[in-house]
Amino acid sequence: MNQLLSVAFDGVVYSSWLFLMAAGLTLIYGVMRILNIAHGSFYAIGAYASATLVGAWLAAGYSVAASYLLLALSAVLVGVLLGPPLERGLLKRMYGKDEVILLLVTYAVFLILEDVIKLIWGVESKMVPEPYAALGNFQIGELIYPVYNLLLIAAAIVTGLGLAWALHRTRQGKLLLAVIHDREISAAMGIDVGRVYLATFTIGTALAALGGALTAPMVAVSPGLGVEVIVLSFAVVVIGGLGSLGGAALGALLVGVVRAAAVRYWPEVELFTIYAVMALVLIVRPRGLFAAPEARKI
Amino acid sequence: MRPWLRSTLIALAALLMLPGALAQPVRVGIVTFLSGPAAGPFGVPARNAAELMAEVLNAGSVQAPYATKGFAGNPIELVIIDEAGGTQKQVAEFRNLAPRVDMVIGYISSGDCLGIAPVAEELKKLTVLFDCGTPRIFEDASYKYVFRTGPHATLDSVSTALYLLEKHPKVQSIAGINQNYAWGQDSWADFEAAVKAMKPGIEVKTSQMTKLYSGQFGAEISTLMSSGAEVIHSSFWGGDLEGLVLQGAPRGLFQKHIVVLAAGEPAINRLGTKIPEGTIIGARGPFGPFAPDTPFARWFKNAYQERYQVAPNYASYKMAQAILGLKAAYEKAGGARPTQEQIIAAFEGLTFEGPGGPVRMTLGKGHQAVMDAAVGTAKHVGGELQIVDIKRYPADKVNPPEAVKSEAWIKSGFKSR
Repeated sequence: MNQLLSVAFDGVVYSSWLFLMAAGLTLIYGVMRILNIAHGSFYAIGAYASATLVGAWLAAGYSVAASYLLLALSAVLVGVLLGPPLERGLLKRMYGKDEVILLLVTYAVFLILEDVIKLIWGVESKMVPEPYAALGNFQIGELIYPVYNLLLIAAAIVTGLGLAWALHRTRQGKLLLAVIHDREISAAMGIDVGRVYLATFTIGTALAALGGALTAPMVAVSPGLGVEVIVLSFAVVVIGGLGSLGGAALGALLVGVVRAAAVRYWPEVELFTIYAVMALVLIVRPRGLFAAPEARKI
Repeated sequence: MRPWLRSTLIALAALLMLPGALAQPVRVGIVTFLSGPAAGPFGVPARNAAELMAEVLNAGSVQAPYATKGFAGNPIELVIIDEAGGTQKQVAEFRNLAPRVDMVIGYISSGDCLGIAPVAEELKKLTVLFDCGTPRIFEDASYKYVFRTGPHATLDSVSTALYLLEKHPKVQSIAGINQNYAWGQDSWADFEAAVKAMKPGIEVKTSQMTKLYSGQFGAEISTLMSSGAEVIHSSFWGGDLEGLVLQGAPRGLFQKHIVVLAAGEPAINRLGTKIPEGTIIGARGPFGPFAPDTPFARWFKNAYQERYQVAPNYASYKMAQAILGLKAAYEKAGGARPTQEQIIAAFEGLTFEGPGGPVRMTLGKGHQAVMDAAVGTAKHVGGELQIVDIKRYPADKVNPPEAVKSEAWIKSGFKSR
């Protein structure tokens, strides 16, 4: 029983991490129809920024307690500093072009940002494990888990519920849903689509950075961090259905729990599990679990 | 002739008569990771060591037996290339590099070494592999133009297995967490085989093979801790190794198990006392804190530390060793400008002194180095990490004999023939 519980918990922790990254990716695709490869770089920059900020904070002798706020702050900073210039300065000029062109543009941004990361932070890894260890541990059976894992789960739940509330219960969210449904009619009805795009891209960037910032205390932040993440995020988003927030949540949960079970009971196939889940889902539902039916204009 | 012109010509003639005044540089291609996840732990420390060695050798400020300037008086000129990008890219880079340099030193990735060796042979370019671990280079093929001055990976697994069973002879079960590619798979296979050969009947509880650079090991740590294994073996490196320590230590992984970090040495400087006490640490040879206490080893460590404000790790030692091996061969070949064939003839079977101790080119028909091995245990002393209980194993005890494959040698119970 304890073993099953620990598998479930490991799965949920991993799912939470996956969802934090996938949420921004699916939001950007849903609104802007951009498969944003640079999402991986935003994640990495969030991790580096938080490692730098928290590292400096702790080096100055301040308390670990406030460093959790710095993790969130660094995500907001990355979102605000990177999102608008990229959307206004580059992506805005590409709207209306084929999705493949936009994908290639974000891939180029990804490559550039990877080198920018190297220029700013070098190739040495950065570590700020204090926030991870400071919250203490708890036990499931004989296994010890850091309380920080609960923080990660809470962050994913708050992010998911917050986004769902904002989309369905606020005026701005409803405007955004209208743009998702039909950009041209929304514009004709007086919605400032450009502003919606700008806000969406900034929020998506901040969400990716938040994923990185919350991951930073658990890992060594090192070059190439974003590469791995973007592949996983895409898989999760494709499983859930491109553009679907609920789909991303379910996709992340599926992948996380199946992966944790594979690690425990069949480690030889662990690498394959995420793609197995994706293949199985796409066989049954070729557009993903929750992809909305797309109206075809004649 | 005007006096000033005559003086100038005389001075010029005098300068030309000075030995080495017109010495042409020896151009050495250096290939090491300058970007990507392997740059921080290995690539940049190796590049730093190459630049340091070129500078001090050119200045003639290294102690005997390397006191002559450059290579036999010829200054060393480095052409440094990034190893990132995969084997296919590296083969293309090598083909571009080979005509521009006299010799090449490089390659951390075993995949790159396996890809480059036949190309070096095809292009007839003297190439020294300095770090990659796979024993397959000279066990599966024979090369004239390719050398490897660092010991291969069999040494790591056999020496850590020896150390583990000497310190903990009652161990009954092991488990592994390694990266799912050639290095991790080979390391685990060799370690498992070595432990089983030394202690038949030992139980393997689980073998976790994680994706390279995955960085998060929550489920794997849970599985290892539930497995009941007494020993956890890992050949993790770089961010994965640091992540395993950062995530495993708070969960008691290192307290409840004997953890063996076969390639843990580069993390010592970075993690310090975050590496829990009692962790068994290898350095892929007698490098870093495992280097013998010789004047030459002390000189190298101090020179590196003074220049880069950090202690050299095993990648730095192995790069310095490759350059010194080439210098020894170059000068043994004789003359101011020996031919490539003469250098190769001098290099085969050579014994030379490196910052990690004596290096003997005895395997692979004189092209593959063997060295003694050293393994130790982490201990916290005065708020700093120290390596204690260091045990040294002679090269013959941790390397297969010539013409015997590592896998067969381990499975035979380490028979000399």
